[in-house]
Amino acid sequence: MSRQASRRGAWLAWIVQALLVLAVLAGAVWVMNHALEVLRSRGVRSGFDFLTEPAGFSISEGWLDFDASQPFWRAFLAGLINTVRAAVPAAVFAIVLGTLIGIGRLAPHVLLRGICTAYVEVLRNVPLLVQLLMLAFAMANLLPDPTEPVRLLPGVWLSNGGLSVPWPASGDGGWWPTHFEWPEKGDFGVSGGAALSPEYVTIVAGLSFYSAAFVAEIVRAGILSVSQGQVLAGQALGLTPGQQLRIVILPQALRVIVPSLTNQLLSLTKNSSLAVAVGYPELVSVANTTIGSNGRAFECIAIIMAVYLLLSLLISFGMNRYNARVALRGWQ
Amino acid sequence: MKSRFRPVLAVAASAFAFAAAAPAFAGKTLDAVKQRGTVKCGVTNGVAGFSAPDTQGNWSGLDVDTCRAIAAAVLGDAKKVDFVPLNSQQRFSALQAGEIDILARNTTWTLTRDASLGFNFTTITYYDGQGFLVPKKLKLTSAKQLKNATICTQSGTTNEKNVSDYFRAQNIPVKTVVFESFEASFKAFFSGRCQAFTTDASALAGLRNKEAPNPDDYVILPELISKEPLAPLVRRGDDEWFAIAKWVPNALIEAEEFGVTQANADDLKANSKDPAQQRLVGTGEDLGKLLGLDKDWSFRAIKAVGNYGEMFERNVGPKSVLKLPRGSNNLWSKGGLIYAPPVR
Repeated sequence: MSRQASRRGAWLAWIVQALLVLAVLAGAVWVMNHALEVLRSRGVRSGFDFLTEPAGFSISEGWLDFDASQPFWRAFLAGLINTVRAAVPAAVFAIVLGTLIGIGRLAPHVLLRGICTAYVEVLRNVPLLVQLLMLAFAMANLLPDPTEPVRLLPGVWLSNGGLSVPWPASGDGGWWPTHFEWPEKGDFGVSGGAALSPEYVTIVAGLSFYSAAFVAEIVRAGILSVSQGQVLAGQALGLTPGQQLRIVILPQALRVIVPSLTNQLLSLTKNSSLAVAVGYPELVSVANTTIGSNGRAFECIAIIMAVYLLLSLLISFGMNRYNARVALRGWQ
Repeated sequence: MKSRFRPVLAVAASAFAFAAAAPAFAGKTLDAVKQRGTVKCGVTNGVAGFSAPDTQGNWSGLDVDTCRAIAAAVLGDAKKVDFVPLNSQQRFSALQAGEIDILARNTTWTLTRDASLGFNFTTITYYDGQGFLVPKKLKLTSAKQLKNATICTQSGTTNEKNVSDYFRAQNIPVKTVVFESFEASFKAFFSGRCQAFTTDASALAGLRNKEAPNPDDYVILPELISKEPLAPLVRRGDDEWFAIAKWVPNALIEAEEFGVTQANADDLKANSKDPAQQRLVGTGEDLGKLLGLDKDWSFRAIKAVGNYGEMFERNVGPKSVLKLPRGSNNLWSKGGLIYAPPVR
């Protein structure tokens, strides 16, 4: 009897929640329609019909080939893909670098600890936009011309024309890469491999360095949350410091790290919109150009909002799934 | 059961009331300006010759003078202008939303902007065209040699689209790198990121003379790839304000044509017998009242900023850093395109 009642209660709760969601959505649609209506009444053309018209501008780089005769929606898609193209490598670098620095902040060596602490304090306390502009300035003015690049690593060349790195290529023209193509220095600069534009290098490096400072603090907090007894137990078993970290500490620390890291990845993705200031053609840059050419500011901003919301929800979803895997299993 | 729905109905009713009360602007701008005591004028963040603040925050430029002339005509004081710096993406929304009364921000008059953004363009105050600035060491003599070049420009402008149109028509592949701010885009060019920089030719001259590390290292290519008629614009639906924004610049152009200057305006007011001059200095028939202004509207505007030729000379002409020739911007009677319908 009582079970039936609670079941009915659950149904009711579902229905109420569904109605609420519908009401909120309806409200959003209504506000949007109203805004468009007001714009129309002032003689402003509005609506999303422009998306199928030819864009008329080109996009300098990206994974999706785009030329000026293609429609606006494809320009937005190219912009979105460029956002992902910047955010994903930046997230990977930020996590790797941040983890190393976080561990470094707890290292027994004073100098190493000091350097890591200084890194965190400087990088997280200077606004990201300022850092990006500084990086862009340094790239442009301090690095040599493309004809005289600096070799960072074998096959990695850096100049004010950008970064060249080895890239998988297929010898037989098929889909599947068969070997790495190595950039080589010639008379007219570096050729071969993948040439990354200075704008792209600036945004990926800037986002990575900045986010790494926050990741470092998250990792440090996670490690400190593991009880000292666990470390002592590891020592008693004769594990080396590296093994203690890898086998004992990090798996337990992840539980604390992952939820905060989710936040960090979300803000990294959203921060990638600052790329517009350094000339990298991501979503916001495409929207800006569109606003300039047809003045549909309201619609473009709405698209940006919807896309970032969707990206953030996807990241949250993925990270929550991962979190469920690393979380402490027990009484639920 | 009925009572449960009452709050919902109340919310819905108030929402519809809100929907019905869409703000109306028609005919209100002049009243708002008079009540506020200032003209809100949208300008750039700093483009030499058109609108740029000095170190004390005083604005100067051709567009700035247009706004000052309107303030002088409407409020009797050229200083009563609030300059609102806007970037190229913000400018149109700011005017649509009513944050500014007039946008004088070297904005190109195009069909799309005129017919779909809810604006009225007023009088063309500068005939511009888009050009290219390149380093001299590349030894380029024509824009057609820019094959495979990287070109820096600012996003949200007509420039970006013109470049794409021009090189597509010529079937010349180029790459454009766009920056959000004008400053970032030209700095990238001067640091060597791009082989060419493109914007309106007037701004190119300013950049070369003011911002280049060494002006002699750069040349402006001969091609102008577009028509860029620059005009101030106002919101649609307020014909009274539109007329004022249109006729103040027209009066300044006509003042040049009939030889009324900042210096001789007082003298002409006292002594001139020429009906055209008399209308401009407020001693002929009263045209001001047709605009909702007083008889001295154009006299004050001329006293404040001089006639169009004086404005040109001071801001972009030989006496300025830009040192631009009059060219297309000379009076129609002297072989240029500057022509105002008669002030009478």
